[in-house]
Amino acid sequence: MTKQHTLNDLKSRISRADLLKAKRHGFSDRQLAHLWQSDEWTVRALRKELGVAPVFKTVDTCAAEFEAYTPYHYSTYETDNEAIRSDRQKIMILGGGPNRIGQGIEFDYCCCHASYALKEDGYETIMVNSNPETVSTDYDTSDKLYFEPLTAEDVLSIADIEQPDGVIVQFGGQTPLNLARDLERGGLNIAGTSPDAIDLAEDRKRFGALIKKLGIRQPENGTAVSTDEAIAIAEQIGYPVLVRPSYVLGGRAMAIVYDRDALIAYMRNAIEASPERPILIDRFLEDAHEFDVDAVADPTAVVIGGIMQHIESAGVHSGDSACVLPPYQISDANLNELRSHTRALARALNVVGLMNIQFAIQGEDVFIIEVNPRASRTVPFVSKAIGVPLAKVAVRAMVGRTLVEQDFTREVPINHIAVKEAVLPFNKFPGVDTVLGPEMKSTGEVMGIDTDFGLSFQKAQLGAGVRLPQDGTVFLSVNDHDKEGLIPIAQQLSDMNFRLIATRGTRAFLQNHNIACNLIFKIQEGRPNILDAIKNGEISLMINTPAGEQSQAADPEIRKAAVQYGLPYTTTLSGAAAAVAGIQSLKNNSAIRIRSLQDFHTP
Amino acid sequence: MEAILALEDGTIFKGTSFGADIECEGEVVFNTSMTGYQEILTDPSYNSQIVTMTYPLIGNYGINPSDFESQKPQVSGFVVKEYCPYPSNWRSTIALGDFLKEHNIPGIEGIDTRALVRHIRRQGAMKGVLSTIDLDTDSLVQKARDFPGLVGRDLVQNVTCSEPYHWVEGLCDLKTGQTRHLRQNTKYRVAAYDFGIKHNILRYLVDRGCDVTVFPADTPAEQLLEIDPDGIFLSNGPGDPEPVSYAVENIRKLIRERPTFGICLGHQLLGLALGGKTYKLKFGHRGANQPVQHASTGKVEITAQNHGFCVDLDTLDQEVVALTHINLNDNTLEGLRHRELPAFSVQYHPEASAGPHDADYLFDEFAKLMDKAK
Repeated sequence: MTKQHTLNDLKSRISRADLLKAKRHGFSDRQLAHLWQSDEWTVRALRKELGVAPVFKTVDTCAAEFEAYTPYHYSTYETDNEAIRSDRQKIMILGGGPNRIGQGIEFDYCCCHASYALKEDGYETIMVNSNPETVSTDYDTSDKLYFEPLTAEDVLSIADIEQPDGVIVQFGGQTPLNLARDLERGGLNIAGTSPDAIDLAEDRKRFGALIKKLGIRQPENGTAVSTDEAIAIAEQIGYPVLVRPSYVLGGRAMAIVYDRDALIAYMRNAIEASPERPILIDRFLEDAHEFDVDAVADPTAVVIGGIMQHIESAGVHSGDSACVLPPYQISDANLNELRSHTRALARALNVVGLMNIQFAIQGEDVFIIEVNPRASRTVPFVSKAIGVPLAKVAVRAMVGRTLVEQDFTREVPINHIAVKEAVLPFNKFPGVDTVLGPEMKSTGEVMGIDTDFGLSFQKAQLGAGVRLPQDGTVFLSVNDHDKEGLIPIAQQLSDMNFRLIATRGTRAFLQNHNIACNLIFKIQEGRPNILDAIKNGEISLMINTPAGEQSQAADPEIRKAAVQYGLPYTTTLSGAAAAVAGIQSLKNNSAIRIRSLQDFHTP
Repeated sequence: MEAILALEDGTIFKGTSFGADIECEGEVVFNTSMTGYQEILTDPSYNSQIVTMTYPLIGNYGINPSDFESQKPQVSGFVVKEYCPYPSNWRSTIALGDFLKEHNIPGIEGIDTRALVRHIRRQGAMKGVLSTIDLDTDSLVQKARDFPGLVGRDLVQNVTCSEPYHWVEGLCDLKTGQTRHLRQNTKYRVAAYDFGIKHNILRYLVDRGCDVTVFPADTPAEQLLEIDPDGIFLSNGPGDPEPVSYAVENIRKLIRERPTFGICLGHQLLGLALGGKTYKLKFGHRGANQPVQHASTGKVEITAQNHGFCVDLDTLDQEVVALTHINLNDNTLEGLRHRELPAFSVQYHPEASAGPHDADYLFDEFAKLMDKAK
C-alpha cells in the first residue's frame, strides 16, 4: 500500500494554478485524490486552502445577452458567481440523477412533492439533480435548481454557497441516500432520519444485530470473499441461495443458485470477489410471498401508508413484480406482525420521514428482506391508492411538523383494490429472455384500481399494454415444481371455455387430473410445434414458467416469440392466477367501468 | 504567454495569449453566434473593436480560403473562453491562432467570457486594451481610458477601398461546392459604396444578376452616376455614422436618381440622409439570432446583426419614411423605406454570413425596384 499524502504533502507539491487547471478540466476531487495518493477530503481541504472553488452560472439560453430570471445553475471553475443566496429559510432536496433501471421516475415524483410541500410552507426549495428528463429539473418546480451530479463534492460545493438549513436525501432513491454520511461529514444538516440510522439499516452486520434484538427473523445469510467461503456458507444455509455482489444496487448481477456447480460458475464468471467487494449470500425463500410496507414516521409516531402484496413470488425483483394493495392472500395474524415489525423498526432506527420494508412470508413465517430508510418506488402508487400524498406528509415531518399536526395518524382503510403492474421493455429489445428474476428489468409501471382484484388486475394489464383474452387457446408449459399449482388455474380456464394445449409432460399431468388438454410439439419434437402455433396466431395466452436448472434450450425461444407476436404471457404461476382472476372478472362484469381517481377518495 | 484585457472602468481579465504578441486598443463588444468566427473576424464593421465570442470553444474548424468577408481580419483583438489549436475541417488551411499572428492581431483565451459579457451588458460597451507586452494593469487601464472610442470618429476611412473595382464572384453553390461567377448577360448595373463592405453582400448582388462596381466611400455621387447604374447600394461599415457626413450628402443626391438599397451602416446613413438621427446602443446587437418583425406582414425573420449604433425611429418623419422592420428584443428600428422614392434599407444583414438566410428576399426586392425604374 502506497503512502497516503497528507494536506501538507499536497500543499508542498501542488500549486494553485495546477489545481485550478485540473478542476477546469473536470477532474473530481476523488479522482485527484486517486492520482495524488491522498483522499477526497484532503483534496477538498487543499482546494479550500488554495481558494479553488467552483462558481455557479445560469442557464439562460441567451449567452448572457439578456438578464435571465430562471434560477437554473451549473458549476464551473471560473471567477464570476451568478448564484446569489437569499436570506430565506431554505431546504435542499437531492434528486436521483440519471434514470436507469432501479432508479426510476418514482423518485422524481417524491422530490417534486417534497418541493411543492415545502414551498407551500414558506421554505425556499433548492433542487439538485442532473437529469433533464425529470419534472424536478423543470425550472419552476423549485425556487432554485442546480443542475449538478449527485456526488458529495458537487453537493457540498452548492451548500458552500447556499448554506441550506437542511438537506433531504430520502426522496431521490439510493443515489442521494448513499451521500448522507459524506454530507454530514461536510457539515450539512441531514433532515429526517440520521445518517447513522441510514448506515445501520444498510450495514448487514449492524442490521443483523438490530433485528436479532428486536426478535425479527431474516433469511440466514453470510458474506464470502472467495469461492471456497461461498460454498461453505451456501452449504451451511442450504440451497437454493440468493447471491449478489455487495456493491451493486437494483439487483444487478443477482442470481438464485440451486447447487454447488452453479455457485462455482457464478463465483468464477460473474464476479471478482475481494475483501473490499464481498459476495452476499442469502437463503432463498422458495414459494414465499413478498410484501412491501411503506410507512411515515415522526419522532413520536409511525403511520403505515400501505401494505402491498407482490403477485409474483419471492425471487422476482420488487420493481418487476405486480403488487396489490391491500394484500389479498395473508392471514390477519401475519398482517399484524408486519405492522408491529414496521413500528418496531421505525422506532429502533429513529426514522423521521419515509421508510420502506420488504418482507417475505413463507408458510406462516415472516422474514424481513430489507429496510430502506427512504422513499421507495412504491410511494407514488401507495399515495394514489390511499389518497394521501405520502411524500408531502413525510417532508413536513422531516422539517418538524408532526403527523398529529398534519392529521395523519392512522393507516387509511380503503374500500377498493389497487394493482401496480410493471411495464417491461422487452419489445424494444428483441431477443432478450423475458423471464423475471432478482435483477430488475422493468422501465415503467401502471396502476389499475377497482372494487375487486380481478378488475383492478385487468385494468393494470390494459395500462401496461397487455390485453387479456376472453376466449381462444391457452398454451401451458410449466416446470415440475409448478405442476401442482397449475391444476386450479387450468381448471378455471377450462371452465371458462378456453381450449388448453400443452407439451407432453404438462399435458400428461393435467390429463391425470381429468383436465382435457391437447398436445403440441416442443420445438425440437417436429412440426407444427408451439413456435408455429404462436406465429400463426393460434395462441391467445401463454403460461410458461422457466424450468430452472433443467432449463430446456427451447424455452427462451418460445418466450421471445410471445413478445415478438404481442402474445399475452406470464412466466410465473402467481401471475397466471392473477390473469385468470382478471379474465373471470371481466366475464362477470360486461364492461370495465371507468372512474376518476378522485371519485375513489371522495366519500 | 500571459495576456491581459483591461477595461476603462478598471476591470481586469487575465488569460493566455493565442494570437500575436502585441497590444491593441478598441471598444470591447461581444458576439453571440455559435459559429462564424472567420466571417466575424473579417467583417470590416468590427474595425477598432475587441470582439468577445460568447460561445465557449472557438477555433475548432480553423480558417479556410473561402469564408473571408474582406481581405483580412478587421478586429483589433479577439477574446475567447477556450481556443482550440487543433482545427478539424477539410477546408481549413491555417489554425485561427496562427492566422491572428500572421496579421498581428492579439488573442486572449482562458478568461471568464461570461463574466465579461455580463459586465458589458450591465455597464455598456467599453473601451479596452488587450496586451501581451504590457502586463502592468494600471498602465493598461490608463491606456484604455485614453483610447478615443468610436463616437464621433469616421472609421470608414480605415476600411474603404482606395480605388473603384469590379466584383465578379457570386455565391457558392452548396450542391456542387462551386462558386458561381458573373454571368455574361447581367440584368442590372449596380454602383456600390464601400463603407466596409462584406464580400457576401457582393456575392448576393452578383447572384441576383448584378454587374457590381465598388466605389470608395468618399466618391462623389456624380462619379457613380457616370457608369449609369440601375441601382445604388450602400454597404455596411464600422463605427459612428454621423461623422461620415460626406456620404450622407452623396446619398441625399443619389436616392432621387436611382433605386437605392442600404445595409447596416448604409441603413444608418440613409436614415441620416432622410432627416433622422442616430444614437449609440448600450452594448449593441451582435449575433446570428436576432428576431426582427416585418411591420406590414407581421412575419418574424431571424437575422444576423452587427451594429452598435441605431437610427432613432422617433426622429424620422413618418409621412416621408415608413418603418418596415422592428427588432423584437428591444423594439429598435431595423428597417425603413421611403414612401415615394425607391429607397429602402435594413439595419441587419440579409447576406447573413454567418447567420440564417431568412432575409435574403431583400436582394430580390432591390432587383424588383431596379426593374420598375428601367
